[in-house]
Amino acid sequence: MNAFLRNLTPTQQVAALFVIVFGLLAVISIATLLVGFRERRNAAHGEAWLREFNDFRALLSTTWFMVVVFWIGWALGPSVATVLFAIISFFALREFITLSPTRRGDHRSLILAFFVVLPIQFVLVGTARFDLFTVFIPVYVFIAIPVVSALANDPSHFLERNAKLQWGITVCVYGMSHVPALLLLSFPGYEGKSAFLVFFLVFVVQTCMVVQHLIARQFAPLAADAPQPTGLRGRLQRLLGRAPFAPNVSRSFNWTSWGVGMAIASVVGALMSFITPFKFGQALAMALIACVAGSMGHLVMKALKRDRGIPNWGPKGVGVTGANGLLDRVDALCFAAPIFFHSVRWYFGV
Amino acid sequence: MFAAKLLGWILLGVVRLLTGAQARWWGCPPKAEQRIYFANHQSHLDLVMIWAALPEELRSITRPIAARDYWANTPMKRWITTEVFNAIYVERGGTPAPAEEGAPAPDPMAPLMPLIEALRSGDSIIIFPEGTRGHTGEPQKFKSGLYTLAQMFPEVVLVPAWIDNVQRVMPKGEIVPVPILCSVTFGAPIALGADEERRAFLDRAREAVVALRNV
Repeated sequence: MNAFLRNLTPTQQVAALFVIVFGLLAVISIATLLVGFRERRNAAHGEAWLREFNDFRALLSTTWFMVVVFWIGWALGPSVATVLFAIISFFALREFITLSPTRRGDHRSLILAFFVVLPIQFVLVGTARFDLFTVFIPVYVFIAIPVVSALANDPSHFLERNAKLQWGITVCVYGMSHVPALLLLSFPGYEGKSAFLVFFLVFVVQTCMVVQHLIARQFAPLAADAPQPTGLRGRLQRLLGRAPFAPNVSRSFNWTSWGVGMAIASVVGALMSFITPFKFGQALAMALIACVAGSMGHLVMKALKRDRGIPNWGPKGVGVTGANGLLDRVDALCFAAPIFFHSVRWYFGV
Repeated sequence: MFAAKLLGWILLGVVRLLTGAQARWWGCPPKAEQRIYFANHQSHLDLVMIWAALPEELRSITRPIAARDYWANTPMKRWITTEVFNAIYVERGGTPAPAEEGAPAPDPMAPLMPLIEALRSGDSIIIFPEGTRGHTGEPQKFKSGLYTLAQMFPEVVLVPAWIDNVQRVMPKGEIVPVPILCSVTFGAPIALGADEERRAFLDRAREAVVALRNV
């Protein structure tokens, strides 16, 4: 089996990976569908179960969405993939700006952000100008945006408005642009397989988010008068069901379950080292770096959301903004990608 | 005809890309009955937004009103407004203010005539009873055209709508729109009471629109 996989061309290997992933997803989806049908015919479970089930279905559709995006990106080549990520970045920034109130004086800066900065950044990525694309936003755009704002002659909340805009650009454009940039890294002896690197990053970050999410759901801190579970579950409950560390920002974040998420995702990353240019230990370290950055970034975005008084980017159901919560799905990736990219570049000197 | 259709599609695509043009049917379903949609007015783009938010089937039987001084001042705009949006032109500031103590306007019905004709021929219409664009975010007092139409066409359903965020897409005086998500929320229909006063009805209609802001 292993020898067979090794003998395939890189393209065939990537294709095989997608076949496996799509197959797994299809099996899970069909199972979910059947369970859903049975449940609709005769409801055997309670409301809590149903809520969990719906959550799981939402997670499944997110996963489908991401895998399809990557498949399209890979099938059509790096330049199409770059365009695809540019579009995702556009929608994410649109969502970010929608939920951060801007004033009339910001209009020109917004035009600059959406129609100048974003395309230029992705063109720089697409043409592999690594030296310029890593400094374009932190250096040039950093000064350009406040200049345009100042020329609009509106000093009220100036720092706050500009900070929001800079943040939006850094997270949604700069962060996101590092994902397609991975496709253009050329490791010696790894030509044509960069798609694996993107897959590795996304899969590892997604795994760590899902694990954390599941732990938070399964082992939420019990009310003081609730019956304590016993046995293994009781022990896990005591270990993982800690009080949230920063309850005003996130009701589910605590260091223990975060650590468990990191550990599981890093091991998963290490086990996937055969599809990457890394050795086992390197893959473990890289996965850990990506997960720490991604989960911490997600926490930061949660703080931002709390500040705006919204539970999700694009509230559940459809809120008055009509935002659809894309940013919720990609924020961890936006933070993980630049750190992962630069760690890889620095360590391997590619 | 073909050009109008093509441009309609392109415009729809652009509007969706920039704003999402999300329709939220909160108080009533989208339905092919004769309706008067009345909405808050903050930008010239309101017309485009609500046009884009309606489903395809309703779009063809619903005619928005457009201010003649803005939407008819170049041949291109006039062509888009009539061919693509199928809009009804009204004179701005022409909708008579609720009769003050002084002498009534010469012919209060004149500016409403095109709307009345459209309603007589069975179309739904979209109106902005504030008459002019607000600046504060708070809708201004409604003008009486809505009341007159409600009296004349008691069988037509009155649907309030709140258009959110459009003023941020293209503030007054700018020409390039920026991408910001917008939505149109349609509320539960209201009806004119049997002996309801004009002012009371107009205030109630305005409240119905404002109430949709936070649902």
